[in-house]
Amino acid sequence: MKRYWNEYQKEIADDRYFYERSCIRQTFFPGSEAAFLKILREELGKDICDNPHQHTCTGIGYHSDVVPFDTTMTVVARLFSLMKECGYSNYVPSCVTSFGVFTEVMAKWAENPALKEKARQYLWEACRREFEVPDNIVHPSDIIYKFRFDLKPRMRYQLVNRFTGKPLRVVEHIGCHYAKIFPEQGIGKAEFPYVLAGMIEAWGGEVIDYPERRHCCGFGFRQYLVRENRGYSIANTKKKFESMEPYEPDFILTNCPGCNMFLDKWQYTIAEMERKTYDRDGYGIPVLTYEELTGLLLGYDPWTLGLQMHQVQAERLLDKIGIAYNPREKYAGSNGRMLNPPAKPECLLV
Amino acid sequence: MDAADSARRAQLLASVPSYRLCIGCGACSATCSAGQFTQFNIRRIHTAFNCGQTDTLAEQLDSCMLCGKCMLVCPRGVNLRSLIIRMRQLLAN
Repeated sequence: MKRYWNEYQKEIADDRYFYERSCIRQTFFPGSEAAFLKILREELGKDICDNPHQHTCTGIGYHSDVVPFDTTMTVVARLFSLMKECGYSNYVPSCVTSFGVFTEVMAKWAENPALKEKARQYLWEACRREFEVPDNIVHPSDIIYKFRFDLKPRMRYQLVNRFTGKPLRVVEHIGCHYAKIFPEQGIGKAEFPYVLAGMIEAWGGEVIDYPERRHCCGFGFRQYLVRENRGYSIANTKKKFESMEPYEPDFILTNCPGCNMFLDKWQYTIAEMERKTYDRDGYGIPVLTYEELTGLLLGYDPWTLGLQMHQVQAERLLDKIGIAYNPREKYAGSNGRMLNPPAKPECLLV
Repeated sequence: MDAADSARRAQLLASVPSYRLCIGCGACSATCSAGQFTQFNIRRIHTAFNCGQTDTLAEQLDSCMLCGKCMLVCPRGVNLRSLIIRMRQLLAN
């Protein structure tokens, strides 16, 4: 009999990472990447390079069929050349789609070495650069998962409801491109990924197992980029929320920029379309990135982490955990002056 | 899962090669007409099929009207109508 469970682990480098930022995360969840770098450098004492010359991986264009594979692999090769130039060999792309693109390019090069030579040639002709293939490619959530027990003693808070003393009930959502395309690249593969569940359990929370746990968030590129197709996108999100609603999650934890954005912002859209919210009181279910969650539990300021940029506001969750925050600083700019607060939606309470 | 019989899955993959491209995103089940009114859920059905949990699947597959809407939305181009017909045949055998 084949022992499938033996295959459900992956190698995660210990130190010396080359970080690649996401195209969209700094707009929608602006504190997450800075929090990740701070956690690695200041909490874990790791060496991580944040090179200012990095660029897109082409993921959005590639999955929308407007960027051909040859272009994608040349752009990926340029990113690898930056890593080589900085003296690193462990590649850490912030975005799950980037992670999927890199694993796909690596798989294609492994299957067909001539393609890799083609990429070398294209890169040289385009910008006179050379690259080496990384020793290890992992997603940042893999790193936080690996060091979750090292971080725990440094945490000021746990995932426990301070009013009831019970563990917070958490929906974990893994981006499709993390392990569904190349299952062996994810901890726990595609159907039983443990990367976020491991963090939640280690930090005192309870993971909710619900019927559509592995369903897409609705961020499929072909579904949302064309406006006429967006009904397909929101149909996915609605199916997922309808499935999790009876379990009354305290919040949703994700490891993908698109999932984070769509699970958060489509709650507003569904509320406007159908006057429907997925919590009892009409405030929606907060959606956090794993960096935001880690930062919150370590005692970082919620507004520095950028929680005010979310559609579903997090104060009720912060109150449950007992995290201190100053409401008056919520919309303060970096110079301390107050910015104009955003307009309030009609249906989704804030 | 270790005890699952993967023979039927191998037969399914052999007769519907595009199924290899499936990433299990569930867009098929989110937009399914039958799924709006019944418990029919193609993502859950083929996941259970792959794990060898086939006891009630034949009955569930009968809810499919073979309208093919799932094929319009599938981001990977899986031939879902063929997949459903083939699963019905394999379960009948």
